[in-house]
Amino acid sequence: MDNSSSKVPTGIDASFDQLNRDWYIDKAVQILVFLGGISAVVFIIGIFVFISKEGFGFLIGEFNFKEFFFSPNWRPTSENKETFGILALIAGTASVTGLAMLIAIPFSLGTAIFIAEFSSGKTREFLKITVELLAAIPSVVWGFIGLAIMNPIIIKTFDVPVGLNVLNAGVILGLMAAPIMTSIAEDALKAVPDRYREAAEAMGATRWQVIYKVVLPAAKNGLLGAVLLGVGRGFGETMAVLMATGHSINIPTSVFDSVRALTATIAAELGETAAGSPHYQALFTIGIFLFIVTFIINLVADLVVRGVRKG
Amino acid sequence: MFEATRLNRKNETRQKLFRLGLGAMTGLLILPVVLILSTLIYKGAPVISFEFLFTGPTKGMTAGGIFPALLGTVLLVMVALIASVPLGIAAAIYLSEYASDNWFTRAINLAIINLAGVPSIVHALFGVGAFVIFFKFGTSILAASLTLAIMTLPVVIVATRESLQAVPMAFREACWNMGATRWQTIRRVVLPNAVTGILTGVILEVSRTAGETAPIMFTGAAFFLPLLPQGVFDQTMALSLHLFVVSTQVPGMPENLPFGVALVLISMVLLMNSLSIALRMYLRGKKKW
Repeated sequence: MDNSSSKVPTGIDASFDQLNRDWYIDKAVQILVFLGGISAVVFIIGIFVFISKEGFGFLIGEFNFKEFFFSPNWRPTSENKETFGILALIAGTASVTGLAMLIAIPFSLGTAIFIAEFSSGKTREFLKITVELLAAIPSVVWGFIGLAIMNPIIIKTFDVPVGLNVLNAGVILGLMAAPIMTSIAEDALKAVPDRYREAAEAMGATRWQVIYKVVLPAAKNGLLGAVLLGVGRGFGETMAVLMATGHSINIPTSVFDSVRALTATIAAELGETAAGSPHYQALFTIGIFLFIVTFIINLVADLVVRGVRKG
Repeated sequence: MFEATRLNRKNETRQKLFRLGLGAMTGLLILPVVLILSTLIYKGAPVISFEFLFTGPTKGMTAGGIFPALLGTVLLVMVALIASVPLGIAAAIYLSEYASDNWFTRAINLAIINLAGVPSIVHALFGVGAFVIFFKFGTSILAASLTLAIMTLPVVIVATRESLQAVPMAFREACWNMGATRWQTIRRVVLPNAVTGILTGVILEVSRTAGETAPIMFTGAAFFLPLLPQGVFDQTMALSLHLFVVSTQVPGMPENLPFGVALVLISMVLLMNSLSIALRMYLRGKKKW
């Protein structure tokens, strides 16, 4: 809320302030809620500081920029020479997220338009609640669905030996991200003032013309924000991709290749490493990379959406 | 009076086609999930019984129930709520009642968005670095719950802030005019009018916390424990992690058992969310202003 209007009435002489018990309680509460208010900032900084602290040893030691980002060889436990290249892991994350977005973007935008512009009353309420419930399904359940339901379906349908691959994880992640993107996109459409629609309809435009020529251009930034948050969600998803990708290090050449994601690598290997070892520190370094990338995605999404409010 | 021209008819047809197409997309988004959920129920329901819910796993987890995991999840959620609900409500009160629209508030908002957007596994790394190692809680319920609390803090903040802002400004102004302090106004007027909205947020947080897996994997949840936890410095089993374990880590697992675990977990989560939605609708119906 814009709280410039909620300031305690000004123009009253300070001598009116009664320095009694209520006044002190008021001040104490103000300080307490301020501490609560800055806690989010403290935690974000804390996250960055603590994962950097654990990954620091690797960054100043074994870390080699070229190897880390451009070598596909992730062999942290090799007997001869350990290599820490995350290129294949990036490729795994990117391929799965890319396929997921290919599915989720058209479906979530289509659904958002249908809910916001074409449905009303009970249907609309029902669809909104359904979408909200779908968004609540935990990621480990999605991973289990990929493992136990999608896997046999893919093996049978496409006659491939393994059903845990880019296709499986992409579809799962797409179904997972779509409801969240739908809600955000629907909010963006709802934020377009009704008078825009009425003006266009008064000119004789059909519903679809109103949507296409008026509503979508007006909601453009909000929709872009929805897509970006979906990408961020897909990029950072852990349990579902751990269970549905097949978890083998590969630069995929088809959707039927098994891959391994950045997030899943941390989840699978952290438990087996000794605290402070190069492998352990390398996993934290991947964490720093994930943190920075999602931070940038969220920042851009925020700026894009804010742009629409200013405009 | 007006004859539809060819252009009118063309536009009309196009509109109908788009409507149909978008409707079909909506259906295609929802239908697979409905089919998946039906499969979960079909395969999982036969497993669920009183014994399944209230006894521990036996025979290397290939038989028996899920009681320690269920209890562990309840404990994790409770400790996480104790930490995050007061903090989240305080943050929301600050943002709604005190903060002005400046760069500092924008930084807080950005931090909240990021807290919600940072990958869960990064939260796990933070939990390991901060609570397990730095604060020396070890892998324990306390470390896992605090990690979960920080991760789900945005849920409480956002829901509380929204319901505080829904209280009309006039209510506050009326109270200030009576000479009440800011806190008295918040405590006696704003919070009572927002309490149901805050509750919907808390219930949503319960649902989120119960479903998370990655943040607790290395901070306090264990694959299998023969004993129930005795305090917050013990490790615990958890339902979400248990689903991961029985579906990937145990050879010779009977096919239906993981379905049963998945069904219990998803029922719990969806029940919480439905409760929150129902409360919200009740609140909308009762709204006085």
